[in-house]
Amino acid sequence: MGARVIVTTSGKGGVGKTTSTANIAAALAKFGKKVVAIDADIGLRNLDVVMGLENRVVFNFIDVIDGNCRLNQALVKDKRVPNLYLLPAAQTRTKDAVNPEQMVALCNQLKSDFDYILLDCPAGIEGGFKNAAAGADEALVVTTPEIPAVRDADRIIGMLESMGKSPIRLIINRLRPEMVQEGDMLAQDDILDVLSIPLIGIVPEDESVIKSANNGEPMTMSLNSPAAQAYLNIAERIMGNDVPLMDLNAYADHSFLRRIKKFFKRR
Amino acid sequence: MGFLKNFFGGSSSGSGQTAKNRLRIVLVHDRTDISPQLLEDLRQEMIGVLTKYMDIDTSKIELDLDRDEQAVAFVANVPVLRIKRGSGTWVEDD
Repeated sequence: MGARVIVTTSGKGGVGKTTSTANIAAALAKFGKKVVAIDADIGLRNLDVVMGLENRVVFNFIDVIDGNCRLNQALVKDKRVPNLYLLPAAQTRTKDAVNPEQMVALCNQLKSDFDYILLDCPAGIEGGFKNAAAGADEALVVTTPEIPAVRDADRIIGMLESMGKSPIRLIINRLRPEMVQEGDMLAQDDILDVLSIPLIGIVPEDESVIKSANNGEPMTMSLNSPAAQAYLNIAERIMGNDVPLMDLNAYADHSFLRRIKKFFKRR
Repeated sequence: MGFLKNFFGGSSSGSGQTAKNRLRIVLVHDRTDISPQLLEDLRQEMIGVLTKYMDIDTSKIELDLDRDEQAVAFVANVPVLRIKRGSGTWVEDD
Protein backbone atom coordinates (compact mmCIF):
# COMPACT_ATOMS: atom_id res chain seq x y z
CA MET A 1 0.00 0.00 0.00
CA GLY A 2 2.66 2.53 0.98
CA ALA A 3 1.32 4.50 3.90
CA ARG A 4 1.42 8.28 4.23
CA VAL A 5 3.42 9.10 7.35
CA ILE A 6 2.19 12.18 9.23
CA VAL A 7 3.68 13.65 12.40
CA THR A 8 1.50 15.65 14.84
CA THR A 9 3.58 18.26 16.56
CA SER A 10 3.37 21.67 18.27
CA GLY A 11 6.50 22.69 20.13
CA LYS A 12 4.55 23.76 23.19
CA GLY A 13 3.08 21.11 25.44
CA GLY A 14 -0.57 20.79 26.37
CA VAL A 15 -2.10 22.19 23.20
CA GLY A 16 -3.71 18.92 22.09
CA LYS A 17 -1.22 16.85 20.08
CA THR A 18 -2.23 13.55 21.64
CA THR A 19 -5.96 14.31 21.51
CA SER A 20 -5.60 15.30 17.87
CA THR A 21 -3.60 12.19 16.97
CA ALA A 22 -6.10 9.86 18.68
CA ASN A 23 -9.15 11.47 17.13
CA ILE A 24 -7.76 11.79 13.63
CA ALA A 25 -6.52 8.18 13.74
CA ALA A 26 -9.94 6.93 14.86
CA ALA A 27 -11.68 9.08 12.24
CA LEU A 28 -9.48 7.81 9.40
CA ALA A 29 -10.15 4.24 10.54
CA LYS A 30 -13.87 4.98 10.64
CA PHE A 31 -13.63 6.15 7.03
CA GLY A 32 -12.26 2.71 6.16
CA LYS A 33 -8.53 3.41 6.16
CA LYS A 34 -6.00 1.16 7.84
CA VAL A 35 -4.27 3.29 10.45
CA VAL A 36 -1.51 2.93 13.01
CA ALA A 37 -0.93 5.62 15.63
CA ILE A 38 2.60 5.61 17.03
CA ASP A 39 3.27 7.21 20.40
CA ALA A 40 6.70 8.76 19.92
CA ASP A 41 6.70 10.36 23.36
CA ILE A 42 9.10 7.92 25.03
CA GLY A 43 9.07 8.14 28.81
CA LEU A 44 5.85 10.20 28.94
CA ARG A 45 3.44 8.04 27.02
CA ASN A 46 -0.19 9.05 26.94
CA LEU A 47 -1.65 8.10 23.59
CA ASP A 48 -2.56 4.68 25.01
CA VAL A 49 -4.78 6.20 27.72
CA VAL A 50 -6.39 8.77 25.44
CA MET A 51 -7.25 5.95 23.04
CA GLY A 52 -8.38 3.74 25.93
CA LEU A 53 -5.94 0.94 25.09
CA GLU A 54 -3.64 1.16 28.13
CA ASN A 55 -4.68 -2.21 29.54
CA ARG A 56 -3.78 -4.04 26.36
CA VAL A 57 -0.22 -2.77 25.99
CA VAL A 58 2.31 -5.60 26.26
CA PHE A 59 5.31 -4.52 24.20
CA ASN A 60 6.31 -1.11 22.88
CA PHE A 61 8.22 0.11 19.86
CA ILE A 62 11.54 0.25 21.73
CA ASP A 63 11.10 -3.52 22.29
CA VAL A 64 10.72 -3.84 18.52
CA ILE A 65 13.83 -1.75 17.85
CA ASP A 66 15.83 -3.65 20.49
CA GLY A 67 14.67 -6.96 19.02
CA ASN A 68 12.76 -8.08 22.14
CA CYS A 69 9.64 -8.80 20.11
CA ARG A 70 8.31 -8.81 16.58
CA LEU A 71 6.58 -5.71 15.22
CA ASN A 72 3.12 -7.30 15.08
CA GLN A 73 3.43 -8.39 18.72
CA ALA A 74 3.80 -4.77 19.77
CA LEU A 75 0.85 -3.49 17.73
CA VAL A 76 -2.31 -3.11 19.83
CA LYS A 77 -5.45 -3.61 17.78
CA ASP A 78 -8.42 -1.43 18.65
CA LYS A 79 -11.48 -3.68 18.88
CA ARG A 80 -14.03 -0.89 18.53
CA VAL A 81 -13.08 0.21 15.03
CA PRO A 82 -11.71 -2.09 12.35
CA ASN A 83 -8.22 -1.32 11.07
CA LEU A 84 -7.06 0.92 13.92
CA TYR A 85 -3.81 0.06 15.70
CA LEU A 86 -1.61 1.64 18.36
CA LEU A 87 2.14 1.24 18.63
CA PRO A 88 2.89 2.34 22.21
CA ALA A 89 5.93 4.17 23.53
CA ALA A 90 8.16 2.79 26.28
CA GLN A 91 7.28 4.36 29.61
CA THR A 92 10.47 3.49 31.49
CA ARG A 93 12.99 4.60 28.88
CA THR A 94 14.23 7.99 27.72
CA LYS A 95 14.27 9.77 24.39
CA ASP A 96 17.80 8.54 23.61
CA ALA A 97 16.58 4.92 23.48
CA VAL A 98 15.98 5.55 19.77
CA ASN A 99 17.66 7.51 16.99
CA PRO A 100 16.18 9.08 13.84
CA GLU A 101 17.49 6.29 11.56
CA GLN A 102 15.71 3.68 13.66
CA MET A 103 12.46 5.66 13.49
CA VAL A 104 12.73 5.87 9.71
CA ALA A 105 13.38 2.11 9.52
CA LEU A 106 10.40 1.39 11.78
CA CYS A 107 8.07 3.54 9.64
CA ASN A 108 9.36 1.91 6.48
CA GLN A 109 8.62 -1.49 7.97
CA LEU A 110 5.02 -0.43 8.67
CA LYS A 111 4.41 1.39 5.40
CA SER A 112 3.48 -1.62 3.32
CA ASP A 113 0.73 -2.71 5.74
CA PHE A 114 -1.07 0.57 6.35
CA ASP A 115 -2.73 3.55 4.63
CA TYR A 116 -1.77 6.06 7.32
CA ILE A 117 0.92 6.17 9.99
CA LEU A 118 0.33 8.95 12.53
CA LEU A 119 3.21 9.89 14.81
CA ASP A 120 2.37 11.59 18.09
CA CYS A 121 5.39 13.78 18.77
CA PRO A 122 6.61 14.87 22.21
CA ALA A 123 6.65 18.57 23.12
CA GLY A 124 9.91 20.44 22.67
CA ILE A 125 12.43 20.82 19.87
CA GLU A 126 15.05 18.36 21.06
CA GLY A 127 15.81 14.71 20.34
CA GLY A 128 12.28 13.44 20.84
CA PHE A 129 10.90 15.83 18.24
CA LYS A 130 13.70 15.08 15.80
CA ASN A 131 13.16 11.33 16.15
CA ALA A 132 9.44 11.57 15.59
CA ALA A 133 9.74 14.00 12.71
CA ALA A 134 12.47 11.98 11.00
CA GLY A 135 10.09 9.19 10.06
CA ALA A 136 7.38 11.48 8.67
CA ASP A 137 6.75 12.90 5.22
CA GLU A 138 4.00 15.32 6.22
CA ALA A 139 3.22 17.30 9.37
CA LEU A 140 0.23 18.60 11.29
CA VAL A 141 1.11 21.50 13.59
CA VAL A 142 -1.29 21.99 16.49
CA THR A 143 -1.63 25.39 18.14
CA THR A 144 -4.08 27.18 20.40
CA PRO A 145 -5.08 30.86 20.00
CA GLU A 146 -2.49 32.07 22.51
CA ILE A 147 0.84 33.84 22.04
CA PRO A 148 3.10 31.15 23.59
CA ALA A 149 1.54 28.35 21.52
CA VAL A 150 1.68 30.29 18.25
CA ARG A 151 5.24 31.38 18.90
CA ASP A 152 6.37 27.80 19.51
CA ALA A 153 4.42 26.64 16.45
CA ASP A 154 6.40 29.18 14.40
CA ARG A 155 9.68 27.67 15.65
CA ILE A 156 8.53 24.14 14.87
CA ILE A 157 7.31 25.11 11.39
CA GLY A 158 10.75 26.53 10.60
CA MET A 159 12.37 23.27 11.68
CA LEU A 160 9.89 21.11 9.77
CA GLU A 161 10.46 23.19 6.64
CA SER A 162 14.22 22.81 6.89
CA MET A 163 13.70 19.05 7.26
CA GLY A 164 11.76 19.09 3.99
CA LYS A 165 8.36 18.00 5.35
CA SER A 166 5.48 18.74 3.00
CA PRO A 167 2.69 19.59 3.33
CA ILE A 168 2.85 21.22 6.78
CA ARG A 169 -0.69 22.07 7.81
CA LEU A 170 -2.15 23.84 10.84
CA ILE A 171 -4.78 22.76 13.36
CA ILE A 172 -6.09 25.59 15.54
CA ASN A 173 -7.33 23.90 18.69
CA ARG A 174 -9.53 25.08 21.59
CA LEU A 175 -10.86 28.14 19.82
CA ARG A 176 -13.68 29.88 21.66
CA PRO A 177 -15.86 31.55 19.02
CA GLU A 178 -17.65 33.80 21.50
CA MET A 179 -14.32 35.21 22.72
CA VAL A 180 -13.19 35.81 19.13
CA GLN A 181 -16.47 37.63 18.43
CA GLU A 182 -15.94 39.77 21.50
CA GLY A 183 -12.41 40.61 20.36
CA ASP A 184 -10.78 38.83 23.28
CA MET A 185 -9.06 35.99 21.45
CA LEU A 186 -6.68 35.69 18.50
CA ALA A 187 -8.82 34.98 15.44
CA GLN A 188 -8.01 32.35 12.82
CA ASP A 189 -6.79 35.00 10.32
CA ASP A 190 -4.46 36.56 12.90
CA ILE A 191 -2.79 33.18 13.38
CA LEU A 192 -2.70 32.25 9.69
CA ASP A 193 -1.24 35.67 8.81
CA VAL A 194 1.82 35.16 10.98
CA LEU A 195 2.37 31.42 10.51
CA SER A 196 1.59 31.40 6.77
CA ILE A 197 0.95 27.68 6.38
CA PRO A 198 -2.33 26.17 5.13
CA LEU A 199 -5.09 25.54 7.67
CA ILE A 200 -6.48 22.01 7.87
CA GLY A 201 -9.07 22.62 10.58
CA ILE A 202 -10.26 24.53 13.61
CA VAL A 203 -11.38 22.62 16.68
CA PRO A 204 -13.65 24.58 19.02
CA GLU A 205 -13.26 24.37 22.79
CA ASP A 206 -15.51 21.50 23.82
CA GLU A 207 -16.13 19.71 27.11
CA SER A 208 -16.54 16.44 25.29
CA VAL A 209 -12.74 16.39 24.73
CA ILE A 210 -12.21 15.93 28.46
CA LYS A 211 -15.10 13.49 28.80
CA SER A 212 -13.86 11.32 25.96
CA ALA A 213 -10.35 11.28 27.41
CA ASN A 214 -11.86 10.31 30.78
CA ASN A 215 -13.65 7.42 29.12
CA GLY A 216 -10.75 6.45 26.90
CA GLU A 217 -12.80 6.63 23.75
CA PRO A 218 -11.81 9.01 20.95
CA MET A 219 -14.73 11.35 20.19
CA THR A 220 -14.65 10.57 16.51
CA MET A 221 -15.62 6.96 17.22
CA SER A 222 -19.12 7.73 18.42
CA LEU A 223 -19.73 11.17 19.82
CA ASN A 224 -21.69 13.83 18.08
CA SER A 225 -20.04 16.98 19.36
CA PRO A 226 -18.50 20.11 17.78
CA ALA A 227 -14.93 18.92 18.40
CA ALA A 228 -15.72 15.41 17.11
CA GLN A 229 -17.14 16.93 13.92
CA ALA A 230 -14.07 19.15 13.54
CA TYR A 231 -11.76 16.12 13.76
CA LEU A 232 -13.87 14.10 11.31
CA ASN A 233 -13.57 17.02 8.88
CA ILE A 234 -9.80 17.18 9.38
CA ALA A 235 -9.55 13.45 8.63
CA GLU A 236 -11.54 13.96 5.42
CA ARG A 237 -9.26 16.82 4.36
CA ILE A 238 -6.23 14.61 5.02
CA MET A 239 -7.81 12.05 2.67
CA GLY A 240 -8.08 14.83 0.08
CA ASN A 241 -11.80 15.52 0.31
CA ASP A 242 -12.95 19.09 0.01
CA VAL A 243 -14.93 19.77 3.19
CA PRO A 244 -15.95 23.35 4.01
CA LEU A 245 -14.92 24.80 7.40
CA MET A 246 -17.58 24.49 10.09
CA ASP A 247 -19.50 27.59 11.06
CA LEU A 248 -18.00 27.95 14.51
CA ASN A 249 -20.19 30.92 15.34
CA ALA A 250 -23.03 28.47 15.66
CA TYR A 251 -21.22 27.04 18.70
CA ALA A 252 -20.52 30.37 20.37
CA ASP A 253 -21.60 30.47 23.95
CA HIS A 254 -23.90 33.48 24.24
CA SER A 255 -25.87 32.08 27.11
CA PHE A 256 -27.60 34.45 29.45
CA LEU A 257 -25.47 33.14 32.30
CA ARG A 258 -22.22 33.93 30.47
CA ARG A 259 -23.41 37.47 29.78
CA ILE A 260 -24.31 38.01 33.40
CA LYS A 261 -20.89 36.73 34.50
CA LYS A 262 -19.09 38.91 31.98
CA PHE A 263 -21.13 41.93 32.98
CA PHE A 264 -20.20 41.60 36.63
CA LYS A 265 -16.53 40.90 35.92
CA ARG A 266 -16.31 44.22 34.16
CA ARG A 267 -17.46 46.23 37.14
CA MET B 1 -27.16 52.97 27.49
CA GLY B 2 -23.53 51.92 27.71
CA PHE B 3 -24.19 49.36 30.36
CA LEU B 4 -27.08 47.85 28.35
CA LYS B 5 -24.78 47.52 25.38
CA ASN B 6 -22.16 45.84 27.56
CA PHE B 7 -24.74 43.51 28.96
CA PHE B 8 -25.99 42.42 25.56
CA GLY B 9 -22.55 41.66 24.26
CA GLY B 10 -21.44 44.85 22.58
CA SER B 11 -18.01 46.44 22.57
CA SER B 12 -15.23 44.95 24.63
CA SER B 13 -11.73 45.45 25.93
CA GLY B 14 -10.27 43.73 22.84
CA SER B 15 -7.36 41.89 24.39
CA GLY B 16 -7.29 39.85 21.16
CA GLN B 17 -5.91 42.87 19.30
CA THR B 18 -3.24 43.33 21.97
CA ALA B 19 -2.31 39.66 21.62
CA LYS B 20 -2.09 40.04 17.84
CA ASN B 21 0.28 43.01 18.05
CA ARG B 22 2.47 41.40 20.70
CA LEU B 23 2.63 38.16 18.71
CA ARG B 24 3.81 39.99 15.59
CA ILE B 25 6.63 41.71 17.43
CA VAL B 26 7.73 38.54 19.20
CA LEU B 27 7.89 36.66 15.90
CA VAL B 28 9.82 39.41 14.10
CA HIS B 29 12.48 39.08 16.78
CA ASP B 30 12.42 35.27 16.98
CA ARG B 31 12.83 34.88 13.25
CA THR B 32 15.93 37.08 13.15
CA ASP B 33 17.83 35.26 15.84
CA ILE B 34 21.14 34.49 14.16
CA SER B 35 23.58 31.98 15.63
CA PRO B 36 27.18 33.18 16.21
CA GLN B 37 28.36 30.58 13.69
CA LEU B 38 26.04 31.91 11.00
CA LEU B 39 27.15 35.48 11.68
CA GLU B 40 30.81 34.42 11.42
CA ASP B 41 30.18 32.62 8.10
CA LEU B 42 28.42 35.71 6.80
CA ARG B 43 31.35 37.88 7.93
CA GLN B 44 33.90 35.72 6.15
CA GLU B 45 31.92 35.68 2.91
CA MET B 46 31.36 39.43 3.04
CA ILE B 47 35.09 40.01 3.52
CA GLY B 48 35.70 37.79 0.49
CA VAL B 49 33.38 39.83 -1.70
CA LEU B 50 34.42 43.25 -0.41
CA THR B 51 38.17 42.65 -0.75
CA LYS B 52 37.68 42.04 -4.46
CA TYR B 53 36.74 45.70 -4.76
CA MET B 54 38.50 47.47 -1.91
CA ASP B 55 41.06 47.15 0.84
CA ILE B 56 39.25 47.02 4.14
CA ASP B 57 40.30 46.90 7.76
CA THR B 58 39.01 43.43 8.64
CA SER B 59 39.79 43.86 12.33
CA LYS B 60 37.29 46.70 12.67
CA ILE B 61 34.23 45.26 10.93
CA GLU B 62 31.03 45.52 12.95
CA LEU B 63 28.00 43.44 12.05
CA ASP B 64 24.74 43.74 13.89
CA LEU B 65 21.02 43.30 13.70
CA ASP B 66 19.22 46.47 14.66
CA ARG B 67 15.79 45.83 16.07
CA ASP B 68 12.99 48.17 16.84
CA GLU B 69 9.35 47.44 17.49
CA GLN B 70 8.37 47.18 13.84
CA ALA B 71 11.32 45.92 11.84
CA VAL B 72 14.81 44.51 11.82
CA ALA B 73 17.79 45.90 9.90
CA PHE B 74 21.14 44.30 9.15
CA VAL B 75 23.83 46.89 9.78
CA ALA B 76 27.43 46.45 8.62
CA ASN B 77 30.14 48.96 9.45
CA VAL B 78 33.24 48.33 7.32
CA PRO B 79 36.23 50.74 7.45
CA VAL B 80 37.58 51.19 3.89
CA LEU B 81 41.34 51.75 3.50
CA ARG B 82 41.50 52.09 -0.28
CA ILE B 83 39.26 51.44 -3.27
CA LYS B 84 41.01 49.24 -5.81
CA ARG B 85 41.87 50.93 -9.12
CA GLY B 86 39.43 50.06 -11.92
CA SER B 87 37.27 48.13 -9.51
CA GLY B 88 34.23 48.81 -11.65
CA THR B 89 35.37 46.31 -14.27
CA TRP B 90 37.76 44.26 -12.18
CA VAL B 91 37.49 40.54 -12.90
CA GLU B 92 39.13 37.75 -10.97
CA ASP B 93 41.50 36.05 -13.39
CA ASP B 94 42.47 32.80 -11.72
